[in-house]
Amino acid sequence: MSTRSLSKGCFVFKPSPKKRKVSRTTAYYFREGSSDLEDSELRFATCQSLQKQVKSETEQIEEELNEQLFDNLVSFLRRSHSAFQEKKTEWTCRTKSREIPTAALVLGVNVTDHDFTFRSLSEVLQNNVTPYIALLEAKDCPGIKNLMQKLLGQLMNCCIDVDSSEEEDYEHVSRSRVRCSMTTLINWYESATKRTDSETPGKKRTSSRHWQSPPVVVIFKDMESFTTKVLQDFVVISSQHIGEFPLVLIFGIATSPMIIHSLLPHSVSSLLCIELFQSLSCKDHLSTIIDKILLTTQFPLKLSEKVLQVLINIFLYHDFSVQNFIKGFQLCIVEHFHSNPLSVLCCQLEEAKRRVNSLSHNQCENVRRLPSFRRYVESQVSEKQIALLTVDSSLKEAVQKLLEDLNVYHENYFPILRCLHVFTSSLPKYPLGKQIRELHCACLENRVWETEEYESSLQLARMLNKSDLVTMLQKCVEILVSSPGREFDEIVEKLKEFLTQFQKLEEAYQERDESISPQKELQKKTNLYHLQKTLLELKESRRSKKLTKFEMLRFEVVDYIDSLVRHYLVPADHKTLHEIVYFNTASVLREHLNAAPRIALHTALNNPYSYLKSEALKSDGGSISNKAPDICIAYKLHLECGRLINLADWLEAFSTVVTAAEGPTADAASSDQVDDVIHARFIRAVSELELLGFIKPSKQKTDHVARLTWGGC
Amino acid sequence: MPILEHPAYPPATLLCLESLVPCRESQVSMLLSIFGERQQLSFPSIFIYGHTSSGKTYVMKTLLNTLQLPHVFVNCVECFTSRLLLEEILIQLQNHSSETRRASPVPCDTFNDFVRLFKQALVSQNLQDQTVYVVLDRAEQLREMEANILPAFLRLQELTDRNVTVILLSEIVWEMFRPNTGCFEPFILYFPDYSIGHLQKILSQNHPPEYSADFYSAYINILLGVFYMVCRDLKELQHLAALNFSKYCEPVVRKEAKERDTRKLWKNIEPHLKKAMQTVYLREISSSQWERLQCEEGELGQIKGLSAHAHVELPYYSKFLLIAAYLASYNPVRTDKRFFLKHHGKIKKTNFMKKHEKTSNHLLGPKPFPLDRLLAILYSIVDNRVAPTANIFSQITSLVTLQLLSVVGNNDQLDGPRYKCTVSLDFIRAIASYECGSTSVKTERTQTANEWR
Repeated sequence: MSTRSLSKGCFVFKPSPKKRKVSRTTAYYFREGSSDLEDSELRFATCQSLQKQVKSETEQIEEELNEQLFDNLVSFLRRSHSAFQEKKTEWTCRTKSREIPTAALVLGVNVTDHDFTFRSLSEVLQNNVTPYIALLEAKDCPGIKNLMQKLLGQLMNCCIDVDSSEEEDYEHVSRSRVRCSMTTLINWYESATKRTDSETPGKKRTSSRHWQSPPVVVIFKDMESFTTKVLQDFVVISSQHIGEFPLVLIFGIATSPMIIHSLLPHSVSSLLCIELFQSLSCKDHLSTIIDKILLTTQFPLKLSEKVLQVLINIFLYHDFSVQNFIKGFQLCIVEHFHSNPLSVLCCQLEEAKRRVNSLSHNQCENVRRLPSFRRYVESQVSEKQIALLTVDSSLKEAVQKLLEDLNVYHENYFPILRCLHVFTSSLPKYPLGKQIRELHCACLENRVWETEEYESSLQLARMLNKSDLVTMLQKCVEILVSSPGREFDEIVEKLKEFLTQFQKLEEAYQERDESISPQKELQKKTNLYHLQKTLLELKESRRSKKLTKFEMLRFEVVDYIDSLVRHYLVPADHKTLHEIVYFNTASVLREHLNAAPRIALHTALNNPYSYLKSEALKSDGGSISNKAPDICIAYKLHLECGRLINLADWLEAFSTVVTAAEGPTADAASSDQVDDVIHARFIRAVSELELLGFIKPSKQKTDHVARLTWGGC
Repeated sequence: MPILEHPAYPPATLLCLESLVPCRESQVSMLLSIFGERQQLSFPSIFIYGHTSSGKTYVMKTLLNTLQLPHVFVNCVECFTSRLLLEEILIQLQNHSSETRRASPVPCDTFNDFVRLFKQALVSQNLQDQTVYVVLDRAEQLREMEANILPAFLRLQELTDRNVTVILLSEIVWEMFRPNTGCFEPFILYFPDYSIGHLQKILSQNHPPEYSADFYSAYINILLGVFYMVCRDLKELQHLAALNFSKYCEPVVRKEAKERDTRKLWKNIEPHLKKAMQTVYLREISSSQWERLQCEEGELGQIKGLSAHAHVELPYYSKFLLIAAYLASYNPVRTDKRFFLKHHGKIKKTNFMKKHEKTSNHLLGPKPFPLDRLLAILYSIVDNRVAPTANIFSQITSLVTLQLLSVVGNNDQLDGPRYKCTVSLDFIRAIASYECGSTSVKTERTQTANEWR
């Protein structure tokens, strides 16, 4: 590349952002890594479209989830705004001190998700409320000066966006040496609003979505990281001028709103009029995402139990970040389409059927190699077996049929899962988990009806009272009616029948109301002996008593649900061809998402064979081979030492190991003197270890280094 | 009988001034006698100090405005650099006579420039023959600017050789200002706090037009009875008075009580004011929310205060990291073995506690601990095995950004960083109680051991 510069120096060339070129390179990488080139183009295209679909879907879900919060915020802005426009003649308005309206936005500790929230928030505000929005981050504002600069820069820039372009250069020139003070800001605001007022009617159309005198919204993205002084100064300064322009602050808070009080002293926080807004908890957020993305037939790709467990564990144990969860899911998509040649069939059913017809011979062989398919073949009669294993066309026919089966299985699986969840989620202590995702995992893992938890939840379900049971059945009917499955008419009929039976029971009860209950008799007895006797009798009768009609019916209902579960909630890996749509290499995912650098470093140094794959390094147990790289030898030796390591001893051990293979002849020559080369190699190894953070020079003892890690041999 | 008397100003203006500055007459008359007549040279610099809202700013503003003295009024917090401060003074001076605000910023980087430009401005505004007052509010900020700014302002009269007086307003005493190198000593004037009588008088003065002065003064009396113990800030009291007055008037508006029916009104308002002290005054709920509550007659339970949301939801390992950090911060290193090892030897009780450790560790505050110790305790308190993955380490960092932990000393990762736990025992208790099973029992045990010490 050439530059137009005469001088010599370093030049940065940014890659030209042409989309076509970029996508081609990704496609190239996608193809390069895969072992065979079966349909990689098609797989790539499928993968891309699926990714796009997932992305748009998740964004839509998130928008819906945030809608409530944003509505509240907008109405808050409206309120604070109306107070500004109010006439100041009223007595209370005159005497009351003017506070800065402030929204404390509690977003939870998943800081990685906040960016998205703030982005959509500022979009919403920009569209509905005001063009004047400044987003401030703590890392940009170490002092009040930087904060004001950033604020003015953002506000005045946004003004340019709205205005016509002819003023652009004028603004740019003045901004470079503008005075960063509140007065400047107020003057700017006055002129900006005046300008929008005096605009021609044709132009007014664009600004009509904003309010008459739009508030200036300043968003502090990460309240916790701001220094106390900066915040205090800013609040004090802006409170001096709150009468002159409508300022609204939004504090993005990750922990708890108490942080406001710990950051700002009372004299400053009394200048604010703080209202609290809380976003949806991230756990609910995740549940919605799982519900809408994973527990539907909308996306052909499914996650196996282990993979889902990895993703959920990372979420619950480490970061609470929904964005990371979605990213993990997207990684699964890429990984599945990349590593599995048969994933070309992982698309909507009609498309998949079409693709089956055009499978190559190699791909047919791939199908035959699938364990689930082999199981299927073995269960067939012998002629059919031969046909399936040798004739491609009959294989294709079978595959089409099996794919259809799989699709039907999924269509039935999710509604029934939801029905079961309706039952299990209301049981005491939740033996099968409170969330539907736990139930889903349990069903995927193995036959759920064989587990103890399932048994105990059935036991509990047999003790449900009537009103609960009826509401649950009604919910189930709703779920099944709204689902697209074809086989549910019968089930719905059956459930409705149960409901009518319950209804009848109730009527029957009302008729029988006159009969005297034994409890009433009980109250008459006052004698202790009689009381005991009647109680015993009651107990006897209860034990031997036949089940009431209600109890019979309850048993029937529970048995019916049980039969549904046994029929529809078969684990997916019992299904033929499940490998095509299920991504199940959890280890890959874990490696990518939950990396363990320390362990990797330890394996590399302790067992160099695992990375270098050289036969000479294949170690046999704990001994140290002298063929290993120097740093590995030094590392292994240092594992045997305590907290302080004597360098001289270490060197001696090192040279012994290195020279071990050369035999006693070489040893005799230089027994007391270490070879210079070995010395140099040792020093290099030690400094490499220091760089990796295993040791550091110590001042406690001369010629010693301190170990920074513990454990080892 | 007028208290303020001065030959240079008409008595009507002085009377007006007197009505505007109640309870500050002696200070004002002192200032007036220092100022002298318009053309007379005044003291070069005056330092006025007093507690928050003792009327320093207000008195100066009203005094200068009512007597129409040429002046410049600058808030030093707002002008956070010396350049901004000097330019602001010049701009205000230039705009002194002309009504239209000509915001033509004159670059003024040094005090030398300032003196030159100041003289020019005085000439252009025809102010040579009268005293110009430069008031610097919140003057304590001057100490953080360049070292020459404060001494130079104190000698501005001498430097410019013009009739100018600099007035510094501050909440702290002059001794905290005095630079090491010495400087011109200003005239020092103290504004004492308002007494309860003063507050009563000032607050009652501004009564709403719909009601009589007596009625409002009775209200102020009740208000002060509740709030005077916790708050003497005039501004805050005024704000609270305005917020709650509508509630006070309610019985009168509904014709249930007459304006003179003080006892009934008191019964009505007193619990309300006490509630306000716990909520609005502490900014637990905002004043607009408070007003809405009053209008809707709703229960307070509907809006929870900020402190009701103190619980923080954390990921599983973050919780344990925080608990481990807390234990590491408040337990001595020696006890780790006893608390976290399964087969620790029995330690004799008498030897166990050293004398200096008898004071509660909670009183001493958190102590720093190295990363290794944190991880060791973490491995011990979590039931299952914890892999030291990158996520665990990044969680430590995010706890630091959330200000639940803080890094002590240099943050060189290779050198073994040290942390401190900054959360309270209650916070840790809340977090630990959300975990079930043996871990929380274990933690609880160590905590109680901790407290018992």
